[in-house]
Amino acid sequence: MDIKKLRAITPYSWQAEGALLYGSHELISEMDEKVLEQIRNVASLPGLVGYAMTMPDAHWGYGFPIGGVAAFDADAGGIISAGGVGFDISCGIRCLRSNLSIEDIGPVMKPLADSLYRNIPAGVGEEGRIRLSVSELDQVMHQGAQWAVEKGYGDIHDLEYVEERGHIGGAVPESVSVHAKNRQLGEMGTLGSGNHYLEIQVVDEIYDMEAARAYGLEKGRILVSIHCGSRGLGHQIGTDYLILLAKAANRLGLTLPDRELACAPIHSAEGRQYIGAMNAAINIALANRQILAHLARETFERIFPGSRLDTLFDVSHNTCKVEKHLFEGRERTLHIHRKGATRAFPPHHPDIPERYRPVGQPVIIGGSMGTGSYILAGNSGNPAFASASHGAGRAMSRKQALKRWNGRQLIDELAEKGILIRTRSMRGAAEEAPGAYKDVDRVSIDTECANLARRVAHLSPRICVKG
Amino acid sequence: MGRYAYFEHDADIGIEGSGKTLEEAFESAAMALFSIQSDLSEIKPERKLRFEFSEEDIEYALVIWLNRLIYEAKHLRLALCRFGLKRRDGFWQGEAQGEPWNDAMTRGVEVKGATLTCLSVKKTDEIWEARCIVDV
Repeated sequence: MDIKKLRAITPYSWQAEGALLYGSHELISEMDEKVLEQIRNVASLPGLVGYAMTMPDAHWGYGFPIGGVAAFDADAGGIISAGGVGFDISCGIRCLRSNLSIEDIGPVMKPLADSLYRNIPAGVGEEGRIRLSVSELDQVMHQGAQWAVEKGYGDIHDLEYVEERGHIGGAVPESVSVHAKNRQLGEMGTLGSGNHYLEIQVVDEIYDMEAARAYGLEKGRILVSIHCGSRGLGHQIGTDYLILLAKAANRLGLTLPDRELACAPIHSAEGRQYIGAMNAAINIALANRQILAHLARETFERIFPGSRLDTLFDVSHNTCKVEKHLFEGRERTLHIHRKGATRAFPPHHPDIPERYRPVGQPVIIGGSMGTGSYILAGNSGNPAFASASHGAGRAMSRKQALKRWNGRQLIDELAEKGILIRTRSMRGAAEEAPGAYKDVDRVSIDTECANLARRVAHLSPRICVKG
Repeated sequence: MGRYAYFEHDADIGIEGSGKTLEEAFESAAMALFSIQSDLSEIKPERKLRFEFSEEDIEYALVIWLNRLIYEAKHLRLALCRFGLKRRDGFWQGEAQGEPWNDAMTRGVEVKGATLTCLSVKKTDEIWEARCIVDV
């Protein structure tokens, strides 16, 4: 990106015509020009409050850039955009904290990797162990992770550490098409593919002792992170509403600079319909990660009898949520689109678990399979409607990555570094090569320097199950 | 016989199908999409599925065609390898062939949906080109 097109507000925030981009000179310069074009397009949508923003991990998406954040006021003509949420509605990360150390898993890395690979349905063409009826699916769309816990997948205590306590209100299964429901019947408890993963990680650096204590983190501790979303149901809702909302925007006289921004006023029949369907998909994603957490526990229990995998936190990064924010001295109720951006509530926020209130909400930046991930904490004074980065962010297209890396060779090289990859897809491994991503350390430092969230711990990957 | 290719996109994949007719270009785009998920030469055309849809706008029709194929493949749990499409004005009749997934098949990456980004359907020098970004 030509940084001369931007005006520096601080060394970590850059302004351009209604848009504000967070990140250092280095990361902003490396971003594709399309990021600026897309976030400017978002800034032109009606009812926007403040700036349309990008996080330090932003990259070219469809409609919104990935890493895009935008707040809309329903009463000021604000819109809801399917392109501002994405196909994988409520994609996010469930992080589990074990009572094991790196010394415990060292001798059994291979059997643990193999066992996880067998027990976690992953990749294109794979189905889950659970097959639901349509009426059961309707229950999941209303109850989310609570449904999964009631069915024996996990523990009631998990819900305390899941956003919305495991289920969001306002789900309307009637707004979800038969096609979307059919696509989900065999997909509960599946990981999916692409950048989704189940990863065994070790805490190898602590930056904030107080927050680390609150989160139960210490050097050498083993964590399990599960990255996935609402699977076929969410994908189909994205599909169904993209064209419906694009046509609605046209009919309602909304001029869209990009059809992928497909949107409708929040106070419109189409807008309300999409919100009802999106909330149903959020609950599906929360239930899906709850089931996968249970499958991970089953696997650990077989290899480490008596071990614990407690939920540290579960946070989504493809959503639109109704939140109250102080803006220009006044409390406003806003629809916050976060597409590839994580909610990052500050200390003492009522919607975060009591245990974490003194330090702020856990924020998870999922890295690539070879470099590492970060846990951060939400800060007071976050300038982006309590939002932060969600991942390393791609630096290279999948096409380029396929040309540069061979999946088998990459897996062997990572094994030599002590990172075991299990996947059915050599293509997927090559596309997800660590070198295809931005420097996750830089992203996390920039996230901290822009006061979006502060670093608590760095996690190194040891085992990664990919779809 | 149509051809297919891919173009750059940071997060996802751009697909492009071309052919002497609009229908052939759409069929080629389907080949491009399903080649991301598996090796089409390994899939036997044992089972056939058919569907219809109505859409006047040929660009939206491309997205609907591709997304309908994704849905049908998921719903019937099939890996697809052959595609056929007929059009009469805004009425489209699609078909595809394939077989159930098995362990011997090469696994690529799952396509979540075809998007409206970089969506274009046009005819240049007697060749139709149909392209869009697919989300993976």
